[in-house]
Amino acid sequence: MDPRFKIAHREAWIGVGLAVVHFIWWFGFAYGLGSRPVEEYTYILGFPDWFFYSCIVGFILISITVIILAKYILKDVSFEEEGDES
Amino acid sequence: MNTEVIIPLIIFLGVIFFIGFWSSKKIESSTGGFLQEYFLGGRELGGFVLAMTMVATYGSASSFLGGPGTAYTMGFGWVLLSMTQVVTGYFVLLVLGKKFAILARKYNAITLIDFLKVRYNSTAVVLLAAISMIIFLFSAMTAQWVGGSRLIESLTGMKYTTALFIFAVSVLVYVVIGGFRAVAVTDAVQGGVMVIGTLILLIAVIIAGGGVPNIMQDLLAENPRLLTPYGNEGNLSAAYVSSFWILVGVGVVGLPQMAVRAMSYKNTRSMHRALVIGTIVTGFIMLNMHLIGIFARPILPGVEIADTVIPLVTLKVLPAWLAGIVLAAPLAAIMSTVDSLLILVSSSIVKDVYINYIKPDASEKSIKRLSFGVTTLLGSIVFLLALNPPDLLIFLNLFAFGGLEAAFIWPVVLGLYWSYGNKYGAIASMITGIISYIALHFYNEAYGNLFGVHTVVLPIILSLLAYVAFSLTIRKTKYQF
Repeated sequence: MDPRFKIAHREAWIGVGLAVVHFIWWFGFAYGLGSRPVEEYTYILGFPDWFFYSCIVGFILISITVIILAKYILKDVSFEEEGDES
Repeated sequence: MNTEVIIPLIIFLGVIFFIGFWSSKKIESSTGGFLQEYFLGGRELGGFVLAMTMVATYGSASSFLGGPGTAYTMGFGWVLLSMTQVVTGYFVLLVLGKKFAILARKYNAITLIDFLKVRYNSTAVVLLAAISMIIFLFSAMTAQWVGGSRLIESLTGMKYTTALFIFAVSVLVYVVIGGFRAVAVTDAVQGGVMVIGTLILLIAVIIAGGGVPNIMQDLLAENPRLLTPYGNEGNLSAAYVSSFWILVGVGVVGLPQMAVRAMSYKNTRSMHRALVIGTIVTGFIMLNMHLIGIFARPILPGVEIADTVIPLVTLKVLPAWLAGIVLAAPLAAIMSTVDSLLILVSSSIVKDVYINYIKPDASEKSIKRLSFGVTTLLGSIVFLLALNPPDLLIFLNLFAFGGLEAAFIWPVVLGLYWSYGNKYGAIASMITGIISYIALHFYNEAYGNLFGVHTVVLPIILSLLAYVAFSLTIRKTKYQF
């Protein structure tokens, strides 16, 4: 097997894993905190707490994660050299 | 409507036009063959343009008009739902990823269907895929044209026909002469306009509402349910909202207009950059546009038609010239979706159907003439249909998004990663996906959502089962990548 595929497979699984973690974070805060009665909500920067954590913090964390992924985890491979000159 | 709003819009169209024209020069000087240049931009997209063209193609009228309008009515539950789209920013590129880019180059694939053709080695797969793509995307495109023209109509007070004509000419000219590269580069500018418009409007709306805490108090006083994840009437269920993770999140991998972008980038560095930029820009636009929809509620109560919330609130909180700049954003979103669909449908007709099956030995010159011709002809047909959209088209558009996902996701994803996937699996998966989607659509319309989830969920599961079952039972073979 083309050695580049090994890297590709690993990174596809990273994508799936990240989406699963992302979903759990999003769902957990939204419905974990959001299902309380409205009177019990607290407000952070003006936003209902469940929304602040689920969507705003969640989005910031995902952005940081993809930056780390792109910088340190994902590998560069060449599209030209290895045997695809046909 | 006053001219101060119109001037920024005209400048915007002028800039887009100029950029499209400028990128068409590249086609003349390309070395990799006309088809690859015209339909794939010579596989040379850098990170920024790749990210922006993905965001802009994906972000359409619904991100700027329909979605925020629904958030206006439903409250935070709909913003929560819209945030399921952030996943598209990294998921499409990571999952199709390097393997798709490598194989597409190896197979010399210019369209998504080229990839399917080599992978499955089957005429039936190619024709089935091409036909469903042409029909569904054609309807989707026409629906967006109608949306774009209605927007111009409402902003400028022109007649619908005039608005449609202006919209058609401005999109058609740069797509026809500039091809995919013009589409991608104008998408980058349009994406930029979308980000800037979102930011200006967000700030203006927060100021007009007296700050976020103040707006929350107003919403709480009006209807506390607006602040919950369950919608203004408490009828947005967790299962329903979560199922949008499939429709507008991970399922987007199966959309041909997104997949084709995953084979257009220059090198892995572009891809890594695009991942980061795409995720941040998608999240920024979705979060803020939908928040604007909610924030507009106390400022401008009682809007009846959801699509008009954003234009109305923009005109209310901003001076006219700035409103013109902000309202270029939804127009940009629509144009950038339409141009991508147009070049994609054209590529499918020219490459997947004509060159594959009708005239494989066509000369470079005649292919060139044909490509320009087909693109122009398609645009003209869309224009005529958009003048008075037939019911069939509106009907087909309902399936354009979820139906295509159900049809394509497994033949593409499993075709990439599962050695035992074969053409029987792919054919069964596409047919099952589309038919079960249409059938379930009618069921859900009549009896309410089955299992409380969006229509897309079950067809995607069924098409997965069909793919696996048929691949393993009919002529099971191991594919060598």
